Amino acid sequence: MNSKSLEKIAPWLATAVLIILWWLCVRLFDIKSYVLPSPLETVQAIYKFRYPLLVHGVSTLISTLIGFLAAVIFGMIIGILVGSSRLLYSAIYPLLVGFNSVPKAALVPIFVIWFGAGTVPAVLTAFMLSFFPIVANVAIAFATIEPELLEVMRSLGASRRDMTFKIGVPRALPYFFASLKISITLAFVGSVIAEIVAGNDGIGNVMLVAASNFNVPLVFAALVVVGLMGVGMYAIFDFFDRRMTNWAVRDGGGLQQSIGG
Amino acid sequence: MAFIQLTDVDLVYGAPNSQKSAQTLAVSSANLSIEHGEFLAIVGPSGCGKSTLLKLIAGLVRPNRGSVTVDGKEVTQPLKTVGMAFQNATLLPWRNVRDNVLLPLEIVEPYRGRHKVDREKNREHAEVLLDKVGLRGFGDRMPWQLSGGMQQRAQLCRALIHEPSILLLDEPFAALDTFTREDLWSVLQDLWSFRKCTIILVTHELREAVYLAQTVHVMCSRPGRILKTSAVDIPRPRTLESTFEPAFVGLVHDLRHHISLGKKH
Repeated sequence: MNSKSLEKIAPWLATAVLIILWWLCVRLFDIKSYVLPSPLETVQAIYKFRYPLLVHGVSTLISTLIGFLAAVIFGMIIGILVGSSRLLYSAIYPLLVGFNSVPKAALVPIFVIWFGAGTVPAVLTAFMLSFFPIVANVAIAFATIEPELLEVMRSLGASRRDMTFKIGVPRALPYFFASLKISITLAFVGSVIAEIVAGNDGIGNVMLVAASNFNVPLVFAALVVVGLMGVGMYAIFDFFDRRMTNWAVRDGGGLQQSIGG
Repeated sequence: MAFIQLTDVDLVYGAPNSQKSAQTLAVSSANLSIEHGEFLAIVGPSGCGKSTLLKLIAGLVRPNRGSVTVDGKEVTQPLKTVGMAFQNATLLPWRNVRDNVLLPLEIVEPYRGRHKVDREKNREHAEVLLDKVGLRGFGDRMPWQLSGGMQQRAQLCRALIHEPSILLLDEPFAALDTFTREDLWSVLQDLWSFRKCTIILVTHELREAVYLAQTVHVMCSRPGRILKTSAVDIPRPRTLESTFEPAFVGLVHDLRHHISLGKKH
């Protein structure tokens, strides 16, 4: 087997190993299913509760995506502003770091006071968690534009707008996609936390209810569903990342040697 | 009046209201007349204000005293009719070579508004230029797939695509090895006879200046000023052979002498 195809199946292999280890633990130490359900029991729970898991999974997915989308839009705008201006950078960046250091779970009760229990706190928490990596990455990308590139543009009489869209944005894309991949997984964390604390629906709510009924296999089933959604979204952004920013990755093989002359 | 005219130009770097000691006089009382279609070289040690002179002509900086006029008009903002090339190729890494060459057409008027309509025509134009500098067939490559010399060739195409009347070259070959550099001298000479635009080349390589230019100005530093102007009468097209002829060697020698004189002051 060559290294390319080994690379392809490696993640599946690792997952299989993890599941086998999980199963062995349960078997060897004779762990009760209300403490740690076996992989099989988890899969059975997924099947048994497939309908509620689907409904609540979709609900969580929607909350997550709305919060994430807002984070992308605001994160990009603020990232560009903060990265383009030294003054704004020194003014706003410490604030952003401060806000980001606040434990987001602690904010959920405040959101509930303001907006009531339900979807809004989940969206807001997803937004809060996924916002910062996007701002930080876009700001870094804009703040580190090579002065020579800007000199080229200036010598052509380019406007600030030209510089932002011809240089800043394309140059920031790899940073931006890297941040999206981090942010989308954080957005799931945010919405599920909010649903556990104060949700009427969503996967987090399913977990809370299942746990209070000691239906531990369902808790694990819900965890698996969240994990799968996270991996799925990550894969989507990874796909776009590879298509749109392959100029930044030179390990394409075959072509990377430079040509003499 | 000459096409490009610098009259008693002073340029001071450093905050205007700071201490005198914190300011540097980058260019002092520069007078320069450049005719249409002239190929001019400015030589001198690093830090003597050569690049600053280019920026003054391009309108990227404004003089503190004196005036800069191009085509009879005072330069008050970055000129649109200028192509620039630098020591670093500064190609945009996310664009292939052809799209890098086409970049000015997306920015400079009057091409800007039409660059989508004229796509085919512009692409052909880019191919002609790439062919001229020996990069035929490299349009689809990414910049990192090109050697340093090839990147500089591509940069020359980018500087010329919008048919500027003035080409400003800021030590474009300084980072290349001798052989590549000498190849590019002949490429640049060909481009000049093909386009007949006004070229101002800043360099610290005396042979390069004499090989390429009609007129060579020697600058010295602190304060940056023009010491000496020499006409180069060696017939064109000049070749590498020309660089070994007595007239050529004599001229290089003479320029070198003036640069050492300037350092003693």
